Amino acid sequence: MEWLDPLALARWQFGLTTVYHFLFVPITIGMALSVALFQTAWYRTDKVHYLQLTRFFGNLFLINFAMGVVTGIVQEFQFGMNWSDYSRFVGDIFGAPLAFEGLMAFFFEATFIGLWIFGWDKLPRGLHLATIWLTWVGTVLSAYFILAANAFMQNPVGYEMNAEKGRAELVDIVAVLANPIATNQFPHTILGSIMVAAAIIVSVSAWHLSRNQNLDTMRPALKFGLWALLGSGIMMFISGDSLGLAMVEAQPMKMAAAEALYTTSANASFSVFSIGTPDGSSEIWSVRVPGLLSFLSTHTFTGEVEGINDLQAAYTAAYGPGDYAPLIWVTYWSFRWMIGLGALAAFVAVVGLWMTRGNRNPGKWAWKAATWSWPLPLLAMTLGWIFTEMGRQPWIVFGLLKTEDGVSPGVTGLEVLISLVAFTAIYGVLAVVEAKLFLKAAQKGPAPVEMTKVDGSDEEQPVLVGTVY
Amino acid sequence: MDLAYLWFFIVGFLFIGYFVLDGFDFGVGMSLPFLGKDDTDRRVLINTIGPVWDLNETWVIVAGASLFAAFPEWYATLFSGFYLALLLILLALIVRGVSFEYRHKNPESKWKKWFDGMIIVGSALPALLWGVAFANIVQGVALSENHIYTGGLLPLLNPYALLGGITTLVLFFTHGVVFITLKTEGELKERARKLAIKSGLVTIVVAATFLVWTTIAFGSVLSGAVAVIAALALITAYLLNLRGREGWSFAFMSVTVATAVLSLFLALFPDVMPASNNPAYSLTIENASSSDYTLTVMTWTALIFLPVVMVYQGWTYWVFRKRVTRQSVLAAAH
Repeated sequence: MEWLDPLALARWQFGLTTVYHFLFVPITIGMALSVALFQTAWYRTDKVHYLQLTRFFGNLFLINFAMGVVTGIVQEFQFGMNWSDYSRFVGDIFGAPLAFEGLMAFFFEATFIGLWIFGWDKLPRGLHLATIWLTWVGTVLSAYFILAANAFMQNPVGYEMNAEKGRAELVDIVAVLANPIATNQFPHTILGSIMVAAAIIVSVSAWHLSRNQNLDTMRPALKFGLWALLGSGIMMFISGDSLGLAMVEAQPMKMAAAEALYTTSANASFSVFSIGTPDGSSEIWSVRVPGLLSFLSTHTFTGEVEGINDLQAAYTAAYGPGDYAPLIWVTYWSFRWMIGLGALAAFVAVVGLWMTRGNRNPGKWAWKAATWSWPLPLLAMTLGWIFTEMGRQPWIVFGLLKTEDGVSPGVTGLEVLISLVAFTAIYGVLAVVEAKLFLKAAQKGPAPVEMTKVDGSDEEQPVLVGTVY
Repeated sequence: MDLAYLWFFIVGFLFIGYFVLDGFDFGVGMSLPFLGKDDTDRRVLINTIGPVWDLNETWVIVAGASLFAAFPEWYATLFSGFYLALLLILLALIVRGVSFEYRHKNPESKWKKWFDGMIIVGSALPALLWGVAFANIVQGVALSENHIYTGGLLPLLNPYALLGGITTLVLFFTHGVVFITLKTEGELKERARKLAIKSGLVTIVVAATFLVWTTIAFGSVLSGAVAVIAALALITAYLLNLRGREGWSFAFMSVTVATAVLSLFLALFPDVMPASNNPAYSLTIENASSSDYTLTVMTWTALIFLPVVMVYQGWTYWVFRKRVTRQSVLAAAH
């Protein structure tokens, strides 16, 4: 039965669980940094509103963190469960960064986040501040290792084929960790995560400002969010540009598919929007920027960009008959919407900073509009990953192993279907619970800080209580 | 290839770490209906593991990743073969983890009851299924020539494996309840001590049966010797609990879990996943491992970072060494 095809079901499951997991990852990375910065500001200045912001956004951060942790375990198990032939083929290489991630990053994150949550009244202030920074370091290290692992799938380096064992084997760990796809993907991902967190901070503070409440905390939070969004947004474009160059080098097909460029062209244009025939192979109408695709691919407006047809012919010659192009409509639109939504987020930051410059207040409509900033970077990031992973198809490891050859041979379609349904159901329910808790906590606003007199003086200091489940 | 043997024991060590640590988390979770008379009690129980359950659980992620890196064939065969069991474990770990975090977010009793249920199920299911899984590994399963598991779901539910599951279930239960005696005080602590006396007896009987079965059917002299140590440690822990020496009792429970798992790994050695249908198809340390280069890189990383990890995790336990009291829970806002 076609609908019980283990390959298709396993792919859907990987897509679903990964996209879902990755909603929480950027929030965790970006929000941990923001919270660490708020807490540092409090540590340095003793101003209570920074403590309020730390605890307020810290709480939102934790609601997400739990989901990131538990959905992450699925990711690691899934390679073995659904993609066992892939695991056999690349385990010698791919496993190492995962083990590094566990040993160096996950332990770090999981331990210090516990210290941060429960250590408010147990650790000295400076040490407690260090725990949130160390948590953030853990999240960033983890991002690096998993991106290095992913980069091997996009651009295999540092390996040799072992014909006898039928697998790729690691010969150069430095090459794997310094894979240009990884070194370029890393800043792109971290900056994207900062944009995601910044947009959430903007949304939450704009909501409170629209109701003219919690001004002492939400106004500084808004400014922080807008500046962070703008700064990371600008750098995002630079990092995206250099990632694009590395991608053209490693996977020219992906760039061709990003533009649906069928014939190799010099001075290739970039279509901002287009309407094509249903199969996407020819175009009816489009808005184009001349030379832009050439520029993105080669940094000259006249550079030659390889087209899908030529690449298809070259790959057929190299790897035998087969279809070597990804699903063009997916790559084409995800690439555009990624850039468009990211740019829109940065634009929101510019407009927001302008409208709130000095002590100005925009009209209520502007606050309401700003409340909807949060989906922009989050969606852009999701689409970026859909582009990256779908653009790799039909390969699971580019040039070495096709996706269809990586799936578990012993697992039945029914088993995959059961797990797909189970994950979908439980993830769906948890999404609703999470969203409700997040909204409730966000709308409640920062809690006031209880003050107490320091012994033997008139000075006051905040009462710090550790979290209790 | 010698490094592969070292990694067999490093993977074993990581699983021992996981079962010793998350084992008592499971026990605490399962104890809620037995010890949590009111909401404050239940919150005390949950807060005994509050700051550490996440780092404890991380041991399985690291164990899994190390298994992947050091023994890709083993990882691939095991995880795809025990598909539905692992799926249940994953779902259980998901609901357990979020329940710890979300339970206290809403004071309504209906909300809390719901999450209590998920903590209980989310703790009991993995405690049972890890035992089933490991017993099956030791016993051996049907494998094809290409190391693909061919048995399906039902053969995994055989008497020996089910006994293995019940063993880890009651062992972790007692482990967790003894942990509670160490982390609480007053009336709750006393109730936990009494519960551990009852469950400890069951554990001794069940675990002894399982270890004897394992030793006779699948073991070696060495695994048998370690199994004897596990049994003695369990009895010692039981006697110490009788006398109210909760610290030492917990230490010996930890030794019990560690040596019991070690005994399983020794019974497995030098296979990693024996084929019950044809020994020639068995996965062994030699034929399932990664290349020498990969294992060398991994060895250096583990030698440097594992001690560091253990130091900062040990320090964390020291920071949260105080007993959790009803007063401390009630003092916190809602």
